[in-house]
Amino acid sequence: MTKIAHHIPDEMLAAYAAGRLPATFEMIVAAHVSMCDACRAALETHEMLGGTLMETAAPAAPLEGDLLERTLAQLDAPVEADGAARTPPARMGIYPGPVAEALHHGPPRWRAAGGGVRQQILAEDGKSSVRLLYIPGGQAVPDHGHGGTELTMVLQGAFHDETGHFGPGDVEVADESLEHTPIADAGAACICLAATDARLRFRSLLPRLAQPFLRI
Amino acid sequence: MLAVRDNRDRAAFARLFAHFAPRVKGMLMRSGMGAAAAEDVVQDVMLAVWHKAHQFDPARAQVSGWVYRIARNRQVDLARKAGRPLPEEVETETPPEADPGAILGLAQEAGELRAALARLTPDQREVISRAYLGDLTHGEIREETGLPLGTIKSRIRLGLERLRHELKDLRRE
Repeated sequence: MTKIAHHIPDEMLAAYAAGRLPATFEMIVAAHVSMCDACRAALETHEMLGGTLMETAAPAAPLEGDLLERTLAQLDAPVEADGAARTPPARMGIYPGPVAEALHHGPPRWRAAGGGVRQQILAEDGKSSVRLLYIPGGQAVPDHGHGGTELTMVLQGAFHDETGHFGPGDVEVADESLEHTPIADAGAACICLAATDARLRFRSLLPRLAQPFLRI
Repeated sequence: MLAVRDNRDRAAFARLFAHFAPRVKGMLMRSGMGAAAAEDVVQDVMLAVWHKAHQFDPARAQVSGWVYRIARNRQVDLARKAGRPLPEEVETETPPEADPGAILGLAQEAGELRAALARLTPDQREVISRAYLGDLTHGEIREETGLPLGTIKSRIRLGLERLRHELKDLRRE
């Protein structure tokens, strides 16, 4: 596999760790972290900071009644398949675990999206969406700008645009300031996971708090 | 934690519970959850700590960070129709092979992180705490405190500068 060069912005990793990343972008973060050890380490660093703050800064709330006894009584009960101890899904071919789960562990059902491009929408909610894109080799995706924020992660093949070259695992972060024409590399089709939220402005949404911790 | 992982020690689990359950509950309530709902999640989280203990690797995580992750994943899971997308797990030995050097290194870094946090002003610590313990965005912070966004940004920046300074030794690694 080629080396991943374009990563999830650290603010988004911090927001994912803290549970305050918009749902639209969670799958991209989870998919990228599945493939990228550097971002996994950064995410775990944010979790370490969160855990430290939970231990030292959060006011502890006294428990009511017999929660410990009730919990101890359940230690031997079978583990719920979708509970807090569930096992994250495994990779399926080119699809990282969280994408495989959204596909219900079957192949995508592609629909024509114009210009030879095909897509499958995985989740949609008003002006936000998560979808898989299939771009034939050598094909350009029409020049487009962005209202809000769009994250695109390559799963197979590669594309390039005015800002750089993106291969498997790479994530492009686009906002309203970017007008670009992504072109799939010649050869195998480029398959991407794309998440868009037209209402969000990435720069103003996420606090830039955590940079000092990025390279611990 | 290691007694829970390696010996399935229930007394050790009860001690872990006594330490973390009120803290997880406090964090969940801080992000806006009611007391009863928070206790249900605390129970889920502590049961998951018991069941996932074989995966805990002290060379990669402090117990608090590991519990924090399980709690956040559970909290978000419950808020999403389809559950929270989670990263694949790294395949490791179970339980992970002990690496005393790495375990000590991580514990030292965690200690320095705690010390750096302790040296922040209360205002700075509050801003960082909100980002990791509440679920407030910039806009919401502004609403709640009545401060203009610029003030918040500069506070965050001050907090960052201070942290960056404090963490310089840590980052030189």
